[in-house]
Amino acid sequence: MSAAWLAALGGGVLIGTAAVALMALEGHILGVSGILGNALRHPAQRWRWGVLAGLVATGGLARLLGAEVPPLFAQTGWGRLVASGLLIGAGTALANGCTSGHGVCGLGNRSGRSLIAVAIFMSVAVGTVLLSRLWGWGV
Amino acid sequence: MTILIAFACGLLFGGGLWLSGMADPANVLGFLDISGHWNPILAGVLGGAVAMTLPGFWLLRRRGHTVAGQVLHWPRRWPPDGRLVAGSVLFGAGWGLSGVCPGPALVLLGLDGVKAVVLITCIALGWLGGRWVSQKITRTT
Repeated sequence: MSAAWLAALGGGVLIGTAAVALMALEGHILGVSGILGNALRHPAQRWRWGVLAGLVATGGLARLLGAEVPPLFAQTGWGRLVASGLLIGAGTALANGCTSGHGVCGLGNRSGRSLIAVAIFMSVAVGTVLLSRLWGWGV
Repeated sequence: MTILIAFACGLLFGGGLWLSGMADPANVLGFLDISGHWNPILAGVLGGAVAMTLPGFWLLRRRGHTVAGQVLHWPRRWPPDGRLVAGSVLFGAGWGLSGVCPGPALVLLGLDGVKAVVLITCIALGWLGGRWVSQKITRTT
């Protein structure tokens, strides 16, 4: 098994462990889109800000350790970035979850809704990348 | 205490995103791009994560409460509805455009400057808009 596979699996194990820990200790699903949106709606419920701060702190730590912004992210055009963000936000609000809530947590929770959501958003994402390539949108 | 535990969970989750390569859209788009040289490695991330949540959540459902004896908030698992389908289509399109989903976007917020701020702001605005539409639908049905 290559180093990249080990890092992917190991990273996945950390992600899953964090999700189980949040449910075991706080009783909440670690779904990032819902945590972000509901933090804005109910700012007094502080646990959400804790999770969000932890995620941002990881990036800060990586920066301190000398990590650079992924070149592809730095090159992403503004229009694409804005469209992507608005679609991600609206979509996850309607579907009640993103890759973490429906993927990592929902599949582990044997949720039929999540299985359907993951199948749809994965397929549409693959289709979007394919269309981007075909129409020469680049990234 | 609550906020510290939540912070630690966020840090662990973010560390996993970083280690696995999910925070770099090049890896994510490589996984989503089946037209060229497909990069299957991100399947390992979801596999590794679900290998933890599947037994972990099963045990927690049996216990029925948190370590401190508090209630567990489980999302509805069934039935699917139009909002789930439509929302997943929109989310998939947005994810495919940039290769960044909400978790990695927050990690990039700590790493980068303006671009990540714009992305997170748009995600938050889109979410509040989607939530507003969703509540309208709930009231009229």
